[in-house]
Amino acid sequence: MSIVIENLSKDYGAAPVLSGISTTIAEGEFVAVLGASGCGKSTLLNVIAGLEPPSAGSVGVPAGGAAFMFQDAALLPWLTARANVELALELRGIPRAARRARAGELLELVHLADAGAKRPHELSGGMRQRASLARALGQDRPVLLMDEPFAALDAITRDLLHDELERIWRAHRRTVLFVTHNVREAVRLGQRVLLLSSRPGRIAAEWEIPGHVRTDPAAQAALTRDITQRLREEIRHHAH
Amino acid sequence: MPTSITSSTTIARERARATDPATDPAALPAGPDSRDATDSLGELEAGLDNLQDAPAASRPTAGRFLLPLGTLAALLSLWQLAAWFGSPRTDLFPGPLEVLGTAGALAADGRLAEAVATSLQRGVLGFALALAIGTPLGLLLSASTTLRRGLGPLVSGLQVLPSVAWVPAAIIWFGLTDATVFFVVLMGATPSIANGFLSGVDLVPPQYRRLGTVLGASRTQQLLRIVLPAALPGYLAGLKQGWAFSWRSLMAAEIIAVGGSIGFGLGSLLQQGRDLSQMAVVVAAILAILAVGIAVELLVFAPLERRLLRRRGLAPGAGR
Repeated sequence: MSIVIENLSKDYGAAPVLSGISTTIAEGEFVAVLGASGCGKSTLLNVIAGLEPPSAGSVGVPAGGAAFMFQDAALLPWLTARANVELALELRGIPRAARRARAGELLELVHLADAGAKRPHELSGGMRQRASLARALGQDRPVLLMDEPFAALDAITRDLLHDELERIWRAHRRTVLFVTHNVREAVRLGQRVLLLSSRPGRIAAEWEIPGHVRTDPAAQAALTRDITQRLREEIRHHAH
Repeated sequence: MPTSITSSTTIARERARATDPATDPAALPAGPDSRDATDSLGELEAGLDNLQDAPAASRPTAGRFLLPLGTLAALLSLWQLAAWFGSPRTDLFPGPLEVLGTAGALAADGRLAEAVATSLQRGVLGFALALAIGTPLGLLLSASTTLRRGLGPLVSGLQVLPSVAWVPAAIIWFGLTDATVFFVVLMGATPSIANGFLSGVDLVPPQYRRLGTVLGASRTQQLLRIVLPAALPGYLAGLKQGWAFSWRSLMAAEIIAVGGSIGFGLGSLLQQGRDLSQMAVVVAAILAILAVGIAVELLVFAPLERRLLRRRGLAPGAGR
């Protein structure tokens, strides 16, 4: 039930975007993929999600497939928050009677029980991402792929959503692949951090984040510094 | 919201945590069963949500109606003044009062009502026909790249072709019958509706299709649940334009094709005014054609459009 990526490469014509990526993500593991803008992080997620085919190599995803959370919440503007969640259930083939109750539970889970009747444009950015998270959980897939889901949010909301995501991940263990360009976010959330180099994207470095680091602000800060250092080195390579 | 009560419970919880190492957040990461942490997180989020809640958009004010009505009154006054002082020949340049009198006379002998009813009925029927053909046509063109490459330019071209060009052909084919009028309306409105549908589908954000794929939608589900609802605003714009083209084509057909078994419409009234050199009748007919156009826009399309866009947070003023 793990994600197995073997020697994955992806190119659009001439320039390789991803090159020789191999890693295994264990069942229930939370992995943060870190990299500068344009390093192919999103492409990696798209290939794993099956939205794009790999150019070479292979990706093994658990039978149930992957749920996806986009950077902009991608809620359908003509549906209420509840109907957006219900759509995921409907397309999964859940009968109409069960959908309503299940959507209610999911909205409750992300603390949006009272906002179910609102339309996306009536929700704040943080609420939209929570509704989007509820929808992704409604897909009920073993894997959850997240493409910089909190990048467009303000710092206060983002902090809160980190807590929220961690809480939900602990309660409903999914294998999570979380793409970000924010080092602190990667250290805050990931059990493991993968650093992608740019052009072509390959795994440049990898850190395990032990449990004690996650609860020790000083250790967290030190690790964040190290990773930032390494990330900057990667970016400096492209100066010439 | 009972702020004082909630904050004191929070304090009580903080104390409880400080004395109980089992629930100390520093000793244990927040787990699913630590209810307190979950509750306070929910509370925090509720607070933030309420802070970020946008105030409801204000209702439209009287200015929305007063401004266009005032403009209309001003224009009518100018017209009347020009007729009084500017022109020596009221038979060539009748003022609004004279036109109103003529319109009253036309209404009294039933000609105006007959003309409006006949034209409106034809316009609506012709538009419905164009809708029934243009919509599936748009659907077909949007579904098949080959069809679109082949037929797309032709449909766009037909939209540019003035539909009055079809009148002579229609008269030769169908004679002076209502079929001629319907044919011209159909040729005028169908391309607009099909093109509106197409551009609606083209403007669906690719993100929505990706979402559909990720959610596991089949081809049919993708079309019915994602693409068609997303394309609705563009389609509605196409319908609006289609109606405008229907109405214009109808008037052109009615002016040219008079007599035979063709009923008496607004275009016929206009033509009659010309034949008898009655300028007041001509102006009254023009105003009636304009009034019907405005009424359909205000009573049918504007409310539909406003409702559709407001629901999506797109209506002017809705996001403010």
